[in-house]
Amino acid sequence: MRNMLKLFLIVALFSCSSGALLAAVKNSTEARIEYQQLKFVKGPVLQEIMAGCSNDPLVDRFKVKDGEEERSFFVGVFDGKRNTVAFETFGKGYGGDIGVIVAVNLESDEIVGIGVTTHSETPGLGARVKTEPDFTAQFKGLSIQEPYKVRGDGGNIDAVSGATFSSRGVCSAVNSAEEVYKRLKPMIMEKIKA
Amino acid sequence: MAKSVVQEFQKGLWAEIPPFRLVLGLCPVLAVTKSVDNGIGMGIATTFVLVCSNIIISLLKNVIPKQVRIACFIVVIATFVTVVELVMQAYTYQLFLQLGIFIPLIVVNCIVLGRAEAFASKNGVVASLADGLGIGIGFTLSLTALSILREVLGKGTFYNMPVFGASFQPFTFMVEAPGAFVCLGLMLAMMNIVGKK
Repeated sequence: MRNMLKLFLIVALFSCSSGALLAAVKNSTEARIEYQQLKFVKGPVLQEIMAGCSNDPLVDRFKVKDGEEERSFFVGVFDGKRNTVAFETFGKGYGGDIGVIVAVNLESDEIVGIGVTTHSETPGLGARVKTEPDFTAQFKGLSIQEPYKVRGDGGNIDAVSGATFSSRGVCSAVNSAEEVYKRLKPMIMEKIKA
Repeated sequence: MAKSVVQEFQKGLWAEIPPFRLVLGLCPVLAVTKSVDNGIGMGIATTFVLVCSNIIISLLKNVIPKQVRIACFIVVIATFVTVVELVMQAYTYQLFLQLGIFIPLIVVNCIVLGRAEAFASKNGVVASLADGLGIGIGFTLSLTALSILREVLGKGTFYNMPVFGASFQPFTFMVEAPGAFVCLGLMLAMMNIVGKK
């Protein structure tokens, strides 16, 4: 029994020190990783969904406090007006969280476009929510004020065939974007004018 | 200790060069050697993990009880793999995206656990360091050699720069999975011929 306890303690000690080391490394690399992801993951998606804007949304961005966390908003200038913001939300997919950037027109509350950023869905199946533009294009022009579901769940979004789970994940990310938007719109308007 | 530190280092470069002589760690060898930058990146990442885990395990070999040694080894190895993953994400993001799942899979790479179990848990720190470095560099060299062969023949490029004229028709077969097996087999055969003389 004493021996068992000793084994248990040693493994626990190993795990604790490993956890501490990793936390330290994560802390010191976090800022760099955020920048790299902005550049390589969000950059291309932003360019795609905000095609035609006359500024660089990656540079023109601000942060808004949302409870405990801070959210980044990317501004798009269309027809000379700062009328579009894009931000990222997450929904639960099959293999983990799916990151979705949603761009919203602040005047009409319409979705300008959505795009999948990060995911760990099955290649060839769930991963197609990112690569099939027909799927994400369905959200274009819809109101951000309403919740969306895939057709199989009684909604009006066609899921990518063979990827119902992942399509649901994208819908739930858009729905949480709706909540964020409702909650933060006053603050977004304030910041965007500044 | 029977062998000198230099010998421990050297054995990884020829006598026990990992994918060819030990025939371990074949999964990343076959999967990532499509291009030279991937091959080198994977080799360096594995070398780092190998050296660090060898050092820590040889330092702690008297503390780790026999019954739970594999669990402890895996914790140590997994920690360093996660460190590599974070650092690669922060500084070489493109390479990180290309290697993808094969970085976390270094945890279950037989070479790393094999060296921990067969060498570091029985030898001193300096010898373990030499062993890890030797095997790691051997692994990097093998990956590089294999990826040069595959990239040059399969895509007609070296480090993403074209080496042949426009009339060159690439052997696409070489960058696909069967090509990896064929290349590996041919290189092993050549090494056997050279070794016999």
